[in-house]
Amino acid sequence: MDTAIPRPSLAGSRFGGFIGFNLFTAIALGVGGFFLGAYIGGQIAAGKDYLIATDQNDVGVFLGFLFATIGWLGGLGFFNYPVKRMLGRPATVPVEQATGIGRYFRLSLDHKVIGIQYFFGVGAFFFIGGLNAMLIRTELLTPNERAWPAGQYLSLVGLHGTMMIMMTSAFILGPFGNYLVPLMIGARRMAFPRIEALTFWLTPLAGLVLMSAIAWNGFPTGWTGYAPLMDQARAGMDAYLFAFLLISISLTLIGVNLLATIIALRAPGMTWTRLPIFVWGVLSTSVLMVLAAPVLGAALLLGILDRSANTSFYIASGGGSAYLYENLFWFFGHPEVYILALPGFGIVLEILPVFARKPLWGYRLAVAGMLGVAFLSFFVWQHHLFVSGMNAGLRPFYMLTTELISIPTGFIFLNAMGTLWQGRIRFTPPMLFALAFFFNFLIGGLSGIFLSDVPSDVTTHGSYFVMAHFHYTIMGGLVFAFFAATYYWLPKMTGVTLDERLAKIHFWTMFVFFNLTFFPLFAAGFLDMPRRVSTYAPHLQTINDFVSVSAFCLGGSMLIFIANLVLSLVYRRIPAERNPWHSRGLEWQVPTPVPVHNFETVPEILAGPYEYGVAGAPPVARLRPTEVSA
Amino acid sequence: MTALPEPVARVPRHLRRIVVIWAVLTAIAVPLVVLVLGPHLPPGRMTAEAGAQVDANTVMTALITPIVLIILVYFGYTLVVFRARGSAIEDGAPVFGHAPTQTMWVAFTSIVVIALAAWGSYTLIVSAHGAGGGQGPNPIALPNGYQKSLQVQVIGQQWNWTYRFPSYGGVETDQLELPTGVGIELHVTSLDVTHSFWAYELGVKADAVPGVDNIVFVHPRKTGSFSIRCAELCGLWHGHMFQTGYVVSRDAFKSWIAAQQKAESKNQRYLPPYSGHYFPEPLRRAG
Repeated sequence: MDTAIPRPSLAGSRFGGFIGFNLFTAIALGVGGFFLGAYIGGQIAAGKDYLIATDQNDVGVFLGFLFATIGWLGGLGFFNYPVKRMLGRPATVPVEQATGIGRYFRLSLDHKVIGIQYFFGVGAFFFIGGLNAMLIRTELLTPNERAWPAGQYLSLVGLHGTMMIMMTSAFILGPFGNYLVPLMIGARRMAFPRIEALTFWLTPLAGLVLMSAIAWNGFPTGWTGYAPLMDQARAGMDAYLFAFLLISISLTLIGVNLLATIIALRAPGMTWTRLPIFVWGVLSTSVLMVLAAPVLGAALLLGILDRSANTSFYIASGGGSAYLYENLFWFFGHPEVYILALPGFGIVLEILPVFARKPLWGYRLAVAGMLGVAFLSFFVWQHHLFVSGMNAGLRPFYMLTTELISIPTGFIFLNAMGTLWQGRIRFTPPMLFALAFFFNFLIGGLSGIFLSDVPSDVTTHGSYFVMAHFHYTIMGGLVFAFFAATYYWLPKMTGVTLDERLAKIHFWTMFVFFNLTFFPLFAAGFLDMPRRVSTYAPHLQTINDFVSVSAFCLGGSMLIFIANLVLSLVYRRIPAERNPWHSRGLEWQVPTPVPVHNFETVPEILAGPYEYGVAGAPPVARLRPTEVSA
Repeated sequence: MTALPEPVARVPRHLRRIVVIWAVLTAIAVPLVVLVLGPHLPPGRMTAEAGAQVDANTVMTALITPIVLIILVYFGYTLVVFRARGSAIEDGAPVFGHAPTQTMWVAFTSIVVIALAAWGSYTLIVSAHGAGGGQGPNPIALPNGYQKSLQVQVIGQQWNWTYRFPSYGGVETDQLELPTGVGIELHVTSLDVTHSFWAYELGVKADAVPGVDNIVFVHPRKTGSFSIRCAELCGLWHGHMFQTGYVVSRDAFKSWIAAQQKAESKNQRYLPPYSGHYFPEPLRRAG
């Protein structure tokens, strides 16, 4: 066994880590900012009938959140640079020198630090969202409310859904996009490091703002936040609106940053056809983020105005329309589901060639598939509204576009099938998760056909069938791809080898219990069980009890992963090799741990990343002018 | 992406095996799906529209069965046959693609998808008249003789459903009974937030949106009871918003509605005149 590598220490003196521009200051200033804003809001609202007639002052809540955001960003030091520039002081981009754990708790412009911050930050909120799911399933053990009162149950549903959507939107682009894209394209950093840091630090803030809804007994709308229920709800709704608004800003910026990086910072020789397929997945996702996330922001801003400034964009009796919100929300919401799916496509197609020891089969088809999905996803949003009574004459059009998406999605399956053919397949943990992705996504995708066909959708719309469908695509797709990426790249990112036996136990428990949890829910939906209900018909209790027990076991499998992380990262610390999977990817050619500036000199890309088995294939890149990498 | 010459040694045999396994499984599975599972697919055949949904669900299930099988058989076969044994890392065949396969795949999936969309549109518009889904205030899929259908207004509110019958003096009931043998025209609307009227056995689902008159046509064929639920999250007691409705014979319906008119006559004068939608006083916070 290799000797353990030393743990990074807390930098500086004992209290040095807490004083200065860091997470702790940010929390203090954020909380202070909230109360200041709430006080000012109270002064503004005083005497306004329409505000004081209600039992909460939404102006105060929104101003509180706004000031909290300013305090949070100021506490992290986001304003130091612009302030210095305004004062005419020299303000250079600081070179990342810190090596201790403390650097993860403060503003850092190193894409590698931000990648790790994303991994653990988003992971923590994902864990909280998962706990909510466990509490939901506890209630559903019985046909009537027993574990939680109805209102609390709805809050759990809303918090689970919103937390998961908010956090998993950047579940792969956050950790792996930020960390790996510069390494994969031969760049030293992202195009806009400050924006990159901002996208991350808005994310935990959004999570905390969303969780503050608990202080007002949550919100009743689920993750979709449909108006006019949104207008009617109490102040927990304000937390939902503001948190999701922060996420929409974060998603837009992360998309801009990744697009600029991929387009502008590729190393010489990194042509579009040599670009790793994961980077293509990131690129198409970024396009969706840039075009879709601002629409969400607009929809939420109108909701914020409805609730605080007494407008009536979404209130029919005031001349507004509930349909306006539904249109705006799903114009974001459907591209959003591909924001969740496309990075997963990129991950699994990146991993399959490495463990099949074969070139990616049909590279151009894979690229066309991803771009095709991205393009078509803007033309399908009204399939969420087939029975809403809106634009009924357009339903055949949306039926067609929705079903057309299965063509480019099918490309990805063909790529996988071609890549496996005559390969030398090794079942490592990343490969197992990648293969499970295809199994789950097959079921998730084909169950979507029922929802795309209007006559079938009339049965299944708004039922547990939908719920099972999107958990198969998001959890079975995105989350499995996330774990594939984690087991594949975390050794490079942390410099520490993960335990393979625990990884395989994690995989098999997660795969089995995932399917046992969600497959029966298709039947529950077919048998008349609507979504988001705390009560159901007694004859559905057997299915629901079975699902709940499986769900608890599925939650337990996540604990195996956490145990693996703690064991490997904290206790064993076995150093990772430079290239443990024998991959041709450029990111594996740099040393582990990755040096601060990634590459000593600008690398020159000599070949594509998938030329496995090609006789006389050149190395993927020349890393130094004089030398050639393996 | 050039198709490199492949080492032909064992390729054809593998492919033939996969196809044979798939063909056998498909020949077994598809009849099972259609004949055994099909009759149990939702939502039953109480109305013409529900029957169209059963047909659609059966066709969908039968269609995806061979697709699921080919993918699973292919993955299962390749993962077993091409698994690397031993610890030495060897490279596989350097094949970057195969243009004819790719073209065929694209063509085949396109044909299936476009046929599916065409068939779905035909069912929706022509044969099933909206298939029980809400069509909004200006329906385009009109069944024959829709002018003679019985109008029933479905009003969602937190957290119950009520029904008004304009052809019976606008009487409002808190239970739904429908006659057989006559087309029904449901007008779904809401008083407060968005609900969705889901009458499972009727095969009806239509959002109840404030300010909107959402029209559904449904043709009951058999008598019996059906369950009504709310399928769109509408606040605190969303999960409790269910009722049981009944499809009854025409005579039974006539006596039921007469009894309702008599029982509700005292309350009639408090109701607003019948209208496509109603705007109550805006209630901005209700918990």
